[in-house]
Amino acid sequence: MHKLFASTYKEFLLLTRDIGGLAILFLMPILLVITITTIQDGTFKIIKETKIPVLWVDEDQGEISKSIFEGFSNSKTLELITASSEDEAKSSVFKGDYQLAIVIPKNLSTDLAAKVDENVSGIMAKFGLEEDSATVVDKTPIAQKEIRLYFDPATQYAFKSSIKNGINQMIAKVETQSIYKAFQEQLEEDTSEDFFETESFISFKEIVPNGMQDDAIPNATQHNIPAWSLFAIFFIILPLSINMVKEKNQGTFVRLRTNPISYATVLGGKTLVFLAVALLQFGIMLLIGVFLFPIIGLPKLEISGNVSILFVVAFFAGLAAIGLGLLLGTIAKSQEQSAPFGATFVVILAALGGVWVPVFAMPSFMQSISRLSPMNWGLNAFYDVFLRNVDFPELIPEISLLFLFFIATTLIAILYNKRQNSV
Amino acid sequence: MIKINELNKKYKGAEHYSVAALTLHIEEQEIFGLLGPNGAGKTTLISMLSSLIKPTSGSFSIDGLNFQEHSNELKKIIGIVPQEYALYPSLTAFENLSYFGSTYGIKGNQLKDKINEHLETLGLLNFAHKKISTFSGGMKRRINLIASILHEPKVLFLDEPTVGVDVQSKNVIIEHLKKLNATGTTMIYTSHHLNEAEDFCTRVAIIDDGKIITKGKPNALVAGHSNARNLEDVFLAITGKALRDYA
Repeated sequence: MHKLFASTYKEFLLLTRDIGGLAILFLMPILLVITITTIQDGTFKIIKETKIPVLWVDEDQGEISKSIFEGFSNSKTLELITASSEDEAKSSVFKGDYQLAIVIPKNLSTDLAAKVDENVSGIMAKFGLEEDSATVVDKTPIAQKEIRLYFDPATQYAFKSSIKNGINQMIAKVETQSIYKAFQEQLEEDTSEDFFETESFISFKEIVPNGMQDDAIPNATQHNIPAWSLFAIFFIILPLSINMVKEKNQGTFVRLRTNPISYATVLGGKTLVFLAVALLQFGIMLLIGVFLFPIIGLPKLEISGNVSILFVVAFFAGLAAIGLGLLLGTIAKSQEQSAPFGATFVVILAALGGVWVPVFAMPSFMQSISRLSPMNWGLNAFYDVFLRNVDFPELIPEISLLFLFFIATTLIAILYNKRQNSV
Repeated sequence: MIKINELNKKYKGAEHYSVAALTLHIEEQEIFGLLGPNGAGKTTLISMLSSLIKPTSGSFSIDGLNFQEHSNELKKIIGIVPQEYALYPSLTAFENLSYFGSTYGIKGNQLKDKINEHLETLGLLNFAHKKISTFSGGMKRRINLIASILHEPKVLFLDEPTVGVDVQSKNVIIEHLKKLNATGTTMIYTSHHLNEAEDFCTRVAIIDDGKIITKGKPNALVAGHSNARNLEDVFLAITGKALRDYA
């Protein structure tokens, strides 16, 4: 126990005198979480509060184009700017001056009305409701119409997708209204009377987990604090493995091998110090989310779960990260090996864990690999507490996996060292 | 005190044995010098005796403890002063010595007293709370020595303990080692400073290609070689003047 205490104290002294290492451990995650949350929250605000200018070319000049124009004008995301021609709009978009141009084709309104009339008359005839054959619409083929969209090639896929969905919804609504109107014309003389209810019958509402406030819909902070806290905790493997490689290069590791102290005790000292670092990092991240974010205009972190449970998750995530660091530090022979490998490995683990892209959005084989990532177990456990409001027993599978990962990596490190250095 | 029997070491991928069928007995309280050109096998032999590397074959025991069966017990009775400094540069001299002393189970006032005593003897008490990174080579060598003797080892391995230090530091180190030896510590010493070895060692062995070429008391070896005025002459007569470059 005395040797463990001595090793822990030595590690504490080494860490507190390594300014670069401390910066990596504390400053970098703080900068990261503030930067990422500011960018994500800013993007969210831009989409929500700022209108994106879009070029509008109306070659139809009919009821349909008017209806679509009103639909977009009423939207909170787009601001329509009329362009004189399709060529001008296309050129402006492809030069990157605008994100999007919408071109409504000629005769869209008249052709859609004719098509709907044709279909409705056909249905009415089936039911024997037409007055005479003279009223049956002339069946001249009507060509399909397309609304042309020009996107700046640099436009993000998600933006393209949401615009296309918006236009689809608008067209569907206009088509439905046209059909209702055609039926009304066939059945009623007075089309000004509302015969059909054209408003949507089905709507939706987002329901939050039990125990959470109705307005506690997750925001950028709720996602970023757990994700980047975990990233920071796992970044421990970098200074930890470098610390171990330094010991080899300085010769102190050789001295320790000749002294009556076990490798497990040496690793124990490192584990205790870096575990304290992980918990401190996590505490700082929570304080930043709760107190600093509202001051700098970012959403406040809402801790709906028990703070002590959050620290339990951070404790086990810290152990998993330390286990990996101990293993890397044991195997690596130089800083040139441990530093790039450690940094790259943390980024890969973060990607697999769902820090950047949600796991459900990954290809199925990547989802399978993701389930093997300790960062995925940690992130799920954090989300369980932060967002899903679960109780401690439901966290046991995830924290058990993190603990087993620590045991496995540390054991491999000890066995590897024994095999390399046994006499 | 130290019994080495047919000890061999061949590194992975190497064509030759670094230590070949080496047999040697070293008595208690001897200062035994291992002398030889670069690559002769001195450091390999010391590394095996101090449990740093595994022999390919053969055996040895220290104070009756066999290396294979009593590895942990052996570590408690030996000390090694490595060629490199083997200290934490960002820790002070006192912090370094406290940590290494603790690994032997020494603690509290006993540890503090021992550290201060050695620091004073080696002229470093005023620098106890300065970081090692600010020390000169000679000062680091002296701290390196103290870190290895705080637990009062029965056997002390010294791998070029005075390399790269000034005459004053060398003198202090050698005098301190002689005092330690007088208290009963057996020493195995390697160096390229043959004059120092001649003065310091009670017995020496000249090794080359992993084998002992000759051994005996320094003055007896000098007397046994005609035209030899000192140990260096004996050394050159035995190992030759050809350069020993290895890559």
